[in-house]
Formats: sequence, structure tokens, C-alpha cells
Amino acid sequence: MTTTRRRRRDQNDGTKSLIIFDGVTKRYQDGTVAVDDLSMEVPGGAITVLVGPSGCGKTTSLRMINRMVDATSGRILLGGRDVREIDPATLRRGIGYVIQHAGLFPHRRIVDNVATVPYLLGWNRKKARARAMELIELVGLDPKLATRYPFQLSGGQQQRVGVARALAADPPVLLMDEPFSAVDPVVRTGLQDELLRLQSELRKTIVFVTHDIDEAIKLGDTVAVLHTGGRLAQMAGPATLLSEPVDGFVREFLGRDRGIRRLSFISAKDVRLDPAPADLAVGGDDRPIGLRVDGRLVPYGTFDPESDSMRAALDAALLSPDGTAVAVDGDGRVLGVATREALDAVLRKYAGGLPDQRAPADQRAPADQRAPAGEGSPA
Amino acid sequence: MKSEPLIRWDWITRNWDNGSPSAISTLLESHLLMAFVPVLLGLLVALPLGLACARWPRLYQPTAGLVNVMYALPSLVLFSIFLSVTGLTPATVIIPLTFFTLAVLIPAVVDGLASVPDHVRQSAVAMGFRPLRRLLQVELPVAVPVVLAGTRVATVSSISLVSVGALIGQGGLGELFMDGWQRQFYTPIIVGIALIVLLAVLADGLLVLAQRLLTPWSRAWRDAR
Repeated sequence: MTTTRRRRRDQNDGTKSLIIFDGVTKRYQDGTVAVDDLSMEVPGGAITVLVGPSGCGKTTSLRMINRMVDATSGRILLGGRDVREIDPATLRRGIGYVIQHAGLFPHRRIVDNVATVPYLLGWNRKKARARAMELIELVGLDPKLATRYPFQLSGGQQQRVGVARALAADPPVLLMDEPFSAVDPVVRTGLQDELLRLQSELRKTIVFVTHDIDEAIKLGDTVAVLHTGGRLAQMAGPATLLSEPVDGFVREFLGRDRGIRRLSFISAKDVRLDPAPADLAVGGDDRPIGLRVDGRLVPYGTFDPESDSMRAALDAALLSPDGTAVAVDGDGRVLGVATREALDAVLRKYAGGLPDQRAPADQRAPADQRAPAGEGSPA
Repeated sequence: MKSEPLIRWDWITRNWDNGSPSAISTLLESHLLMAFVPVLLGLLVALPLGLACARWPRLYQPTAGLVNVMYALPSLVLFSIFLSVTGLTPATVIIPLTFFTLAVLIPAVVDGLASVPDHVRQSAVAMGFRPLRRLLQVELPVAVPVVLAGTRVATVSSISLVSVGALIGQGGLGELFMDGWQRQFYTPIIVGIALIVLLAVLADGLLVLAQRLLTPWSRAWRDAR
């Protein structure tokens, strides 16, 4: 983890970017109600996820913020101002927007795609491009890609460009409409982690729409579950949502394994570690090689107590033949082992309910799914 | 008795640039003029009409129907109609040919704008483009490959259709056909056909080159979309 993880940008804090939905309804001419009397407050500097089945009005709600859709009744306040008093184009230039297929302009090079809003704001070409290059690096893209055209990039890379473009004019608010749902699961996980990393640096007010409850739980500081027909069912932190769904609809929408998934929010750092047993084979660099069982080396599960969650620790224990999870540090060196009793001691503490506090980097892949650090050496 | 050769090369050299109004080079020039001006005029007219048809889809069917009927009229009939207005001038050929190009170019503009993916248009709106700037900087550039494809068809068909104008004495290279038929002399006919085909191939090649230069982003774009 980088040291900048928790760094905050002061200008983006506070209530200025708070978005308030005040009794907002969207009714179309054919009588369909997309959003029904929605009232909610979107906290500044945090990720708020709108999640729900198709037809729950989540995208419509998002688009009413930047006036791509205008509400039939009710008000949306952005930093205390009714968005309907703001000229739409001006409003939109101050709000980043990321959509599903990235929506990059096929005829513009990546750098010019990213510089779109600066150009619209009248920056000169040099300054706009310099800013674009900063963002291309910020979202983890190779600067060499800057002169390519969108079709030359993979779906995941295009989506990163989409995020860079949305951030180009440093807007305090970012709207993201199912931005990661058109890429494959591995790339999606990478993009989600990247978003969390960026957000820990930038502290934008992000409204994120998805139909994927796992994504909502993973990304949201606050999750708003919407009913079909555009009614707000529940708005809460992800851990609270998992432990205290307000009704059958929310419970059903959250799906199976709510208890297990809640463990993602508990850090594994409190697990008691015992010295590694003799049958754990350790290499010269202190990295575990395997467990000796009947004269064979069998695979084991590892977790990093500093950065992983209890879910990852439990997973590691279940992957080991003797049910103990091997604890390793950031470099993959053995710290000790967590026995089932040690894991159980932590689990007992949290059974029933838990605070809405996220373990650092709790959502990364369990350690055993990562390539052991030793394999990185050139062959 | 020596048989008449298929091509009398000496006729070509004598008639290439002999200063008379029926010199091959003069006919080539007027052919070029009467072929390309309709395409340019066609683009100028098709662009606003196509934009209007894309903006108000109800206009599209009547407009397309009208230009298709024009296209279906035999060109000679159109030439005769305009003969009474514009007389024996190139305009009598250029105006009907302009209508013919519209039958290709208006749908090309409409299809071109329809080829702009919805997520691209949506993101342009969301970035804060106002409608005119969005049209000029996003929608029209993205429509260029489709419009150029239509322009290639219009250009080649225009180059070929000019020759019909020979029937009213304004046919560019087509006049070589009249000459050849009247005298049962094949050389001018072959020269006319060869030059028209060459012109068409050259013009098409230039347009392909223009497309490569104008839209380097489009080659794989249609597959990737």
C-alpha cells in the first residue's frame, strides 16, 4: 500500500459537494414512474453507490444530478444550489461522468479524449494536454498510450481513460454509471481496486450506479438500495446493510452469504499468530514453500494480517490441509500461523453485528490467489 | 488489302491537344468539371438536408423518396427538361447529376450520423458539449467514414453518367462515343472508355487516400465497435 492512501485533499472535503435529493420524482409522459419521491443525502468526499434491479431508477437518479434528465418534481441540490438553476452545459463541465462503454471519442487520440473538458473550458492546448498526461499516469496507464486512438486499447484501458477524462478538470463530483460492467471479472476487480486507490487520494464525491450488489458492497462508503419503481429501500454503510437489511426485498437483493461477506469489513490484524510449525517448509528467503504431509509438499493458504480481511484469513485456513492459515508480510515472508482457535476468537467477537469500518485494503484478492513474490524473478 | 487496326494511335496523338473544341484534352477537362461539380454541390446540399433528416426523422422518408424518384428518371429526360432552362451549357448536365448524387449522399449523411454510437453521443452531452459544438466536433467527424463511402459511389457514378450528356452535346468524353459511332471508327470509343474508367479509378483511389488521412482512427473502428 502506498503511503498516500489516507492523504486527503482539503478542498474537496466538507459539505460543498454534498448532493441532496429532496422529494425527487421522475414521471415519463406514458405514465411510467422511474423515480418515486426520492429523498436522500449524498455525503461529500465519499463513494455513494446506488444499487438495485433494472427499472429501479438508479441511472435516472444519477442523470438528474447533471440534468441529462430533468426531474418532474422535487429538487436536487448540489452544494446548496438547485441544479435546475444552473445552465446544463456549465453544470456538466463541473461534474465528471463515466459511462459503461467509456464513451470515448473514437476520432480523438487518448490524450485529447482526456483533455475534453479542459478544451471545453477554454484551456489552451498545451496546458490541457499537460493536465491530460498527468491524469493518464494517475489512473495507471502507460504514457505511451497517449497518442493512440481508442480502438487500439483494451476495454479495461478504455475504461481507465474514461475515468481520467472525467477527472481532467478536477471536478468535486464524479458520476459513474455502471462503468465496470462491460469488462471481464479480472479486469473489473483491477479497475475497482484502482478506483478505491484513486479515491483514497482524491476524496471526490462519487455517485456510483451498479446492479451488482458485490460491487456496491466493495466500493460504497454508503449504499442506497432502490426498489423497482424508483423507491429508496435502504441507505446505509455496507456492513450495516449486510447485518441489518430493513426488509425482505433488501435481504433478497443482498443474496446469499451475507454473514461471510460481512467478514470483508473486519481486519485480520487482531488474529493471534502462533509460531510456524515444523512441517511448514520455508525457503531461504523466509517464504513458505508448502506443508509437508506424508512426505509430500502440499499447497497452503496465506493471508497478510496487515492488509487482508478476516474473510481472506478464513479463506486461507480453509485452503490449508490442516486448517491453519499461514500469515505472511507484504514481501511474502512467514510471520506465523493462525490456528482455527485463533480465528474463532476474532469471529466470536464480531458475530451478530459489527461497526461500519473497513479493513485497510480488505477487498483485495486473498493472498493465496496472488502470485508468490518469489516467482517474479526472471527465468 | 490492309485491315483497319483496332486502335489508330496516330489519331490519338493528332487529336489529343489540337486546339479544336473536340480535342481529347478539352473533352477530358469538361468531363472532369461536369463530374466533380455535381459531387461538390451534392455534398453542400446533402449535408444540411441530411442533418435535418437526422434531427427530424419524419422528414427522411419523403426526402429520400423524392430524390429516389429523381434518380429513377432517365437522365436524358432530365437533360431535356433542363435544356429548356439552361440551354446547351454544362449546367444542363451538372444540375441533373447533382440530383443523382443526392440520392446517395443524403442517406450517407443520415446513416453516418446514425453510426455515431449512443454512448459516444451520451458522453459528449455529459462532458458539457452544447449541441452545435457536439455536432461539429464529435458527431460529424465520427460520421466521416460513412459519408466518404457514399461520396465514392456518387463520384464514380457521376463520372460515368456525364457521358450521357453527349446526346445534348455536353458529354465530355462521351462525345468521343458519338463521334466513333457516327463514323464506325472504334479508336475514339476505346479512348473514351479507357479514359472514363481511368478517371473513375483515380478519383476513387484519391478518396480512399483522403479517408486514410482524414480518419486514421477508423480502420479498425468498425470491427472494434
